[in-house]
Amino acid sequence: MRTKKTFLALTAAAALGLAAAGAAEAQDDPTKACFIYVGPIGDFGWSYQHHQGLLQVEEELGDAVETAYLESVPEGADAERAIERFARSGCDIIFTTSFGYMDPTNKVAAKFPDVKFEHATGYKREHPNVATYNSRFHEGRYIQGVIAARMSEAGVAGYIGSFPIPEVVMGINAFVLGAQSVNPDFKVKVVWANTWFDPGKEADAAKALIDQGVDIMTQHTDSTAPMQVAAERGIKAFGQASDMIEFGPETQLTAIVDDWGPYYVERVKAVREGTWEQIDIWAGLAEGHVVMAPYTNMPDDVKALAEETEEKIRSGAFNPFTGPINKQDGTPWLAEGKVADDGTLLGMNFYVEGVDDQLPN
Amino acid sequence: MLESILITIATAATPLLIAAMGELVVERSGVLNLGVEGMMIMGAITGFAVALTTGSVWLGVFAAILVGAAFALIFGFLTLSLVTNQVATGLALTLFGLGLSGMLGEGFVGRPGLRLGRIDIPFLSDLPFVGRLLFGQDPLFYLSLLLTAAVAYFLFATRAGLMLRAVGDNHTSAHAQGINVVAVRYLAVMFGGACAGLAGAYLSLVYTPQWVENMTAGRGWIALALVVFASWRPWRVVAGAYLFGGVTIGQLHAQALGVAIPSQLLSSLPYLATIAVLVIISRNRRLTMMNTPASLGRPFVPER
Repeated sequence: MRTKKTFLALTAAAALGLAAAGAAEAQDDPTKACFIYVGPIGDFGWSYQHHQGLLQVEEELGDAVETAYLESVPEGADAERAIERFARSGCDIIFTTSFGYMDPTNKVAAKFPDVKFEHATGYKREHPNVATYNSRFHEGRYIQGVIAARMSEAGVAGYIGSFPIPEVVMGINAFVLGAQSVNPDFKVKVVWANTWFDPGKEADAAKALIDQGVDIMTQHTDSTAPMQVAAERGIKAFGQASDMIEFGPETQLTAIVDDWGPYYVERVKAVREGTWEQIDIWAGLAEGHVVMAPYTNMPDDVKALAEETEEKIRSGAFNPFTGPINKQDGTPWLAEGKVADDGTLLGMNFYVEGVDDQLPN
Repeated sequence: MLESILITIATAATPLLIAAMGELVVERSGVLNLGVEGMMIMGAITGFAVALTTGSVWLGVFAAILVGAAFALIFGFLTLSLVTNQVATGLALTLFGLGLSGMLGEGFVGRPGLRLGRIDIPFLSDLPFVGRLLFGQDPLFYLSLLLTAAVAYFLFATRAGLMLRAVGDNHTSAHAQGINVVAVRYLAVMFGGACAGLAGAYLSLVYTPQWVENMTAGRGWIALALVVFASWRPWRVVAGAYLFGGVTIGQLHAQALGVAIPSQLLSSLPYLATIAVLVIISRNRRLTMMNTPASLGRPFVPER
């Protein structure tokens, strides 16, 4: 069962008595898992992938679960209302899937100690019923960098950024480090779109980068537009959030795919079985939360190198942020053999050497 | 490289130009339709869906025009026949369009669409520098300029255009002269919707041939602003759309070149430039007053 409501419709629905539906839960009742998305489920990116996770929960747990979701919920005060409505309406577990839902999630969690809350990409767990989860997307970006340096003839890749927040900066750095492991002179040109989602603008950014000579395109925005432009202009590109191969059958080298499904299934099951506990998980390739789409459109030796790199990261033998690494201005950051800790990575606000861009403050 | 940049600018400006040209005619008739974004997104999903299912891009374009006009008809019926508040109705139309298109488009997410091909005039489009720019663009680019010329001619050189402007400037006296104010406004509103639908189809069939929810990303609102920017003069809409497109693309290039200006500031440049020009041209108040449709947004109920 699945109920869909737009955010605007929610107020009306609540007035019609939806809020009363919650009440006491017998053991045989389905567990209700609820999801809040920041974008539309049709973005074919971030929110789309979370929704795929919801669908997997439905598929694997069948009648044992009931799901509901709200899409395009703005971060901030509106989010708090939306989360609270869900909590009142009998949700047993609520996944809030955007960084900006962090404080609202914790606020609502205080009022509903019996409801489990799971917040994606945040770090605040103020109550025992709040867990946080995130994925190590930068592991995939490092592999992309390795591939880019091998595939590029110009020695320059284009990178379309959304906003200069630590997660995106970390991704750019991982990409650069991967590329430099193959070609120490490799350069990355960064263009900030200042939006997560505007296909037209992302396409324009891609065109601008190609006009300035990049021959590999990668992005940290959510639409497939850059992939299409790359295909049209005959260069290679990396997909983002979901496998975009259909938009560039001869263009996509690989894509970082967010696979939330297994985690969601596991957590909903835990609620059902009464084994749910507060956790803070930042999982990557090893746990299968980050999945690389098939390596395509590249020679076998590059593919082999990519697979080898992926395996090294997956097995834990190698961490993308291993010294020696200098900051952009040449000052040393990580000494030989040292590995960056998670806290530093999650607050990363500087470039490493080789990025051809000024980091906006 | 310059040629390629200019083509990118033309692609960015064309949907704004088409949507704004439609809204200009609507506003010249004295109606303010804030539903451009909603009609545009309906055009985008319609164009994409029809093109993909029938295999004909042009069928998609025509369907988008029809759906845009039909959507505008809802607005027309509410505001002109039932005399509801134009601002509120327009906003509702936008919300309705965004929601409905998302629902209709659910099955089309993640599917590559068809692209409206470029015109390729042998020899001419191979000319150095200007070849592709002048002779090798998509058909809707040429249509947008033809549309501008046609609207300019219609408004200022035909009797029907005079009637439309009369309705927009003073509907009471236009009515007294025997002009059917409501009928004129219905036609104008539908023309505006058709243009918005076409602009939407441009997005999903030329600009970025795919369907994703909210893919208009605020372009309908920019089109609305361009009409004011252009002080309701057709050729100034062209200038505005290309200025906006030019600064947008320019700032992306500045970023790629590594110009040491914060990207947030660069991203806001198109808006700043538009506001700056608006301030400069509205300094001549008499001229501004002369061009502003005096009955804009005011409801008209014919006396019986």
